[in-house]
Amino acid sequence: MSAMTMSGEFGLEKPASRNISSQPVAEIAAEPAKETKMEKTATLPAVEPGTPFAEKLANFGRAVLPPVLGMVVLIGIWYIATMKGGSIPGPIQTWDAASVLFADPFYRNGPNDQGIGWNVLSSLQRVGIGFGFAALVGIPLGFILGRSAFLSAMINPIISLLRPVSPLAWLPIGLLVFKKADPAATYTIFICSIWPMIMNTAQGVQRVPQDYLNVARVLALSEWKVVTKILFPAVLPYMLTGIRLSIGTAWLVIVAAEMLTGGVGIGFWVWDEWNNLKVEHIIIAIFVIGIVGLILEQALILLAKKLTKESA
Amino acid sequence: MEKFVQVQRVGQTFDTKKGKFVALRDIDLTIKQGEFIALIGHSGCGKSTLLNLIAGLTKPTTGVLLLEDREIAGPGPERAVVFQNHSLLPWLTCFENVYLAVERVFGDKEGKAKLKERTAAAINLVGLDHASAKYPNEISGGMKQRVGIARALSMQPKVLLMDEPFGALDALTRAKLQDELMRICEATKATTVMVTHDVDEAVLLSDRIVMMTNGPAATIGEILEVDLPRPRDRLTLAHNPAYIDYRAAVLEFLYEKQAHVEKVAA
Repeated sequence: MSAMTMSGEFGLEKPASRNISSQPVAEIAAEPAKETKMEKTATLPAVEPGTPFAEKLANFGRAVLPPVLGMVVLIGIWYIATMKGGSIPGPIQTWDAASVLFADPFYRNGPNDQGIGWNVLSSLQRVGIGFGFAALVGIPLGFILGRSAFLSAMINPIISLLRPVSPLAWLPIGLLVFKKADPAATYTIFICSIWPMIMNTAQGVQRVPQDYLNVARVLALSEWKVVTKILFPAVLPYMLTGIRLSIGTAWLVIVAAEMLTGGVGIGFWVWDEWNNLKVEHIIIAIFVIGIVGLILEQALILLAKKLTKESA
Repeated sequence: MEKFVQVQRVGQTFDTKKGKFVALRDIDLTIKQGEFIALIGHSGCGKSTLLNLIAGLTKPTTGVLLLEDREIAGPGPERAVVFQNHSLLPWLTCFENVYLAVERVFGDKEGKAKLKERTAAAINLVGLDHASAKYPNEISGGMKQRVGIARALSMQPKVLLMDEPFGALDALTRAKLQDELMRICEATKATTVMVTHDVDEAVLLSDRIVMMTNGPAATIGEILEVDLPRPRDRLTLAHNPAYIDYRAAVLEFLYEKQAHVEKVAA
């Protein structure tokens, strides 16, 4: 747009063309713009204050009815499929098991028998720590790669090589280095969270419109002002996209990692219940993992909305 | 000062994928202090390139540019630019956008209260007191461009550089802003260089119109001295024979001597 025509006319270097490696970025770096679209479909239609009650109710119904219907159909299919018995428990059995399970989610009977609450929390803790380190390393690295064509050309092939590797392939290395299961799992999370963070931040930095940078040059702003007043706000939406993708992947990976490492955690719990042949619990775990993932995602979308609203 | 800005034997060559591209050659121009200059020409004739050279955003391949006998080595707040696309930072309010510039230029000499006063004065100058606390996406295109002008003027630049500042606006808003710009330039005695492709705008606002030949390898074709008394009024000028002659002279240059060849611009 404006940056394009300007740089085109002036013959300046186009920052957008200096892409980290066009293919993978397009794949994993979702545009922040798409995010807002998703938000809009996710939130209820705005109800004007002062509309009659009946209309409000109708609006509410229109928003709530389809998802509720979807859940009812899902559970219905599940019910019909398991009606004749077999190894998969039906919704009613699962509900009964869940009410027992959630009556006391925070009990502790030794290291291998703890309530589901503790398991979820320890998984979240691993994700939090691994992700935190990934953010500490990945965001500054993304800034550096975004600013320096040389470094990005140097590091990009390495990133392209390592990014498609399943994070679980790193687990043995983690076990070898840390000699313990817990930090190895956290380290796996670190590995899988860092790529989206680096790539989205770098892409955001490269896409800072040339116009803004020209403003900075004409005003001769200090490097600190350039970073705080121009680069950081401009990159923030991209960074938040990176964070959202990272957390999503981390939550996917932690289940698998914990199945392999054991200890306390929702992944381990699933495996343990499989060994105990408590299939209802596995189904409950699937729901719990899904709901926690959904909450994480929605919380980050909400955060992104709030932050970009403040800054945009 | 007679020789406020001097452009001496300036040429600009860009390295492109297809090899060297000569954008400008042999540009010689001297601008007096307080003068209003319009750069006019067909698109692709390098008028924005010349403006960028004066701004210091790009460096000339050959020749030299001087401001008050000192070489222009890079961009700086003494040569404020009003960008084609307003270029306001969307995460700052109008006030904060202007304040960023004011703080940069006067921050080490003056206190916060004085800086805020300057900012408010600049916003007042373009008549936007009511929109001061708004974000750029909450105001119209014309208002954004006015904030851009306020930001540039707030720095009290030696030279005000404008790159098609009103190009993206509708005709009525454009006329209003041209009148405002004339009033401001009269009041501040700012030395101004404006890139435009609007013949009426050039004649109405300028002391001299610099007409550029078609690119590539564009240069100054003719310079037209516009000797109309100020303050100027667009309605009375519309029937002024001198105004009509100036207008015809620019049109003649653009559409006869430099009749546009589409292939060149593409």
